[in-house]
Amino acid sequence: MGILGSDPYASLLASPLGKRMVDSLGLPKPATLRRYAVDAPLLDGPALLGWFGDDHPIAERIRAILDVEGVEVGDPFDTLPAAAVIVDLSGIQEPADLERLRAVVAPSLKRLTSSGRVLVIGRPEASATSAAQAAARRALVGATKSVAKEMRAGGTANLLLVAEGADDQIEAAIRFLLSGRSAYVSGQVIEVTGGGSAVERTEWAQPLAGKIAVVTGAARGIGAAIAEVLARDGASIVAVDVPAAGQALAGVANRLRGTALQADVTAPDAGERIVDHAHLRHGGLDIVVHNAGITRDKLLANTDEARWASVLGVNLESILRMNDAILRPGGLGDGGRMVLVSSIAGIAGNRGQTNYGASKAGVIGLTHYLGRDPGLRERGITVNAVAPGFIETEMTGAVPFATREIGRRLNSLQQGGRPVDVAETIAWLSQDANAGVSGQVVRVCGQSLIGA
Amino acid sequence: MPCCKGVAVSKSSPRRVAVLGGNRVPFARSGGPYAKATNADLLTTTLDGLVARFGLAGERLGEVVAGAVLKHARDWNLTRECVLGTSLDATTPAYDLQQACGTGLEAAILVANKIALGQIDSGIAGGTDTASDPPMALSNELRAVLLRLNRAKTPMDRAKVIASIRPGHLTPAVPQNVEPRTGMSMGEHMAVTAKEWGVTREAQDELAVASHRNLAAAYDRGFFDDLVTPYLGLARDGNLRPDTTLEKLASLAPVFGKGEGATMTAGNSTPLTDGASAVLLSSADWAAAHGIAPLAWFVDGQAAAVDYVNGADGLLTAPIFAVPTLLARHGLTLADFDFVEIHEAFASTVLVTLAAWEDETFCRERLGLPGALGSIDRSKLNVNGSSLAAGHPFAATGGRIVASLAKMLHEKGSGRGLISICAAGGQGVVAILEAA
Repeated sequence: MGILGSDPYASLLASPLGKRMVDSLGLPKPATLRRYAVDAPLLDGPALLGWFGDDHPIAERIRAILDVEGVEVGDPFDTLPAAAVIVDLSGIQEPADLERLRAVVAPSLKRLTSSGRVLVIGRPEASATSAAQAAARRALVGATKSVAKEMRAGGTANLLLVAEGADDQIEAAIRFLLSGRSAYVSGQVIEVTGGGSAVERTEWAQPLAGKIAVVTGAARGIGAAIAEVLARDGASIVAVDVPAAGQALAGVANRLRGTALQADVTAPDAGERIVDHAHLRHGGLDIVVHNAGITRDKLLANTDEARWASVLGVNLESILRMNDAILRPGGLGDGGRMVLVSSIAGIAGNRGQTNYGASKAGVIGLTHYLGRDPGLRERGITVNAVAPGFIETEMTGAVPFATREIGRRLNSLQQGGRPVDVAETIAWLSQDANAGVSGQVVRVCGQSLIGA
Repeated sequence: MPCCKGVAVSKSSPRRVAVLGGNRVPFARSGGPYAKATNADLLTTTLDGLVARFGLAGERLGEVVAGAVLKHARDWNLTRECVLGTSLDATTPAYDLQQACGTGLEAAILVANKIALGQIDSGIAGGTDTASDPPMALSNELRAVLLRLNRAKTPMDRAKVIASIRPGHLTPAVPQNVEPRTGMSMGEHMAVTAKEWGVTREAQDELAVASHRNLAAAYDRGFFDDLVTPYLGLARDGNLRPDTTLEKLASLAPVFGKGEGATMTAGNSTPLTDGASAVLLSSADWAAAHGIAPLAWFVDGQAAAVDYVNGADGLLTAPIFAVPTLLARHGLTLADFDFVEIHEAFASTVLVTLAAWEDETFCRERLGLPGALGSIDRSKLNVNGSSLAAGHPFAATGGRIVASLAKMLHEKGSGRGLISICAAGGQGVVAILEAA
């Protein structure tokens, strides 16, 4: 990762003297996160599995996944070390039932090994049939987010909401949240909305095999990482970037044995060129990642029309225009996946980034709308977004040291994420098996305190 | 697709050759952004850009043919070494070729011929040159001394040889832009020809302005988005002056020719340039199998040479002779072309070429034609700019023109294009492309 990922504080921690200093001052101690590798096990140790109620079909589905992956299922009330604790609370009816969360998770926390996982399963509040049930379901959100903040040593806690009838579409999400793919995803609520069809068989080591994926802004940074991870998972890559970035783009395309398409996403024919290129050169189009984006930071008081227009033009309007061609029949194929890249600035806002914040919030609106579009759902197309927090890139490397240091520590994992963390989340959202997740915005922020 | 599906093609009948696309780096003024780049750097980068554009990483092509005019001794196997440095499969054969400024186009003719004959199915033709990194040789005197030193047997003999070295021997021989047999530079030669044909300063400057405006407009409309890959921070040709005017050009002093009648300036002559280009050619079947739509067909090529040393013809007039031969072979006239690309070595080169073809006496007496070859509508000439604006890295110009013309024909959807490139040594290489 070289200079890009250079984190002097982490280096300090690695030295004995530094460690003593940090310990005595009570300073944050960021852990080395467990990240995905193709040949890595789903979990490094046993998983603890608990549930509420006599009937707990989701827990049984999860047990089946753990069995296939050879993960030992341990006893929640034992004392041996464990890599994850999973609790299926989909059947809770009233606040009193929440005791089950405490009973299962509380004793397990101290047993979790580094980069441990807490995974809570619930049902969406919106489909509750009583006030007590709605209250109990919502309580899981507050509880899980609080647990995420209590996690140590690179551990994460997330809540997976499973809509009624979508139980058979959870496998991709379960695997994502337990594996190293979700290293920098914590304190998140992700909903399996359903509506897709269960996928019969997935080659989990190559979940994107045979897919044709377009990534915009692919020449460097997060875009290049996205292309790389999608290719690793089996996809053929069409790497798109502005002509001026062509040299780096060619490097990415050749390394991944994909093709480079030099195109400005704001050009009126960009969408058509992308669709034509993917179909003609690769024979189809299955995945589109709208990643291209720019910043033109200034306080709003000093923002002229050009700065405003260029950021909204590249980050938001171009997506709408390109989608005219991409979402038309003959563009993105049936069962296609679209992932947009938003930002924490689109959720929390950021001083000096009114144009950027507007564009990235707009991306969320677009995701919500398209993700639920009946026509697209009919065609099996899902549309989701990721919202990165502080990610160590060339762009954040240019931020002044103090600001950067604050940015990278102000989250539950006490460190900046890596481009690969954003890419892994996008690769997961791009899987066929993820047919039941649409219209979601997944933050990749280590549970940033900003906009939480 | 005009392929031959279902039709048995005899082994002896030539196949059609498709131009699939091209790539080049923006051409840079010598000593500028590419000052530290070698020919190998430029060509490798250019090939890799082409590989990326067409998704050829890991692919074995029939062959890669390229060359450089200014070439270091160490680059004796330049193209093959470059191929080994790219993402192409390492089992792709390659060789070097050199025909002065005709190198790039001649490379395309070679690759096309092999494809036509069925010897290969795909290939890349290219060229590179850098005037920023020219080879410098030891003087002949010093070479002689060093060879003698190598042969000397005793320490005494060696000491004697070493003692014979004189400071003057240490001056390196730098390649010069002069014709070895006349001692005149290309510009000086062209000045003589331009004067003979009475080419005016105004006409040359007008052509130069048009070249800059056309090239700038082509960049502005994104024409080069899939023809050029930026390199070392340069995204457009460094020589391009979109806002140049007749007035500005008129203010420049002549640099070639002498006295009153001198018309050739730095503004209407190409500067020394660094750059590289490459073109992907294939059979129709190979293109279809790779999901690549041909831009144009490479129809035919022709070279010619003139005796500029003892004869009456100017150094850069050989294309004037090559084109009628090529047209006759295909039963075509100048009026049959929708685009004409005449390499702008100098504005006057283009103007002399046009004038010669319009001149009935010249065409009858020198070209052996029944009358004038014809005239070319200026609206069809170098419509997206040419070397005066883009610059002219010698061996890279052919690839630049082939790829651009193929795309122009593809955009138009029909028609023919003619390429005419003059070269040192009194040579010329010309070719015909047809819309696919």
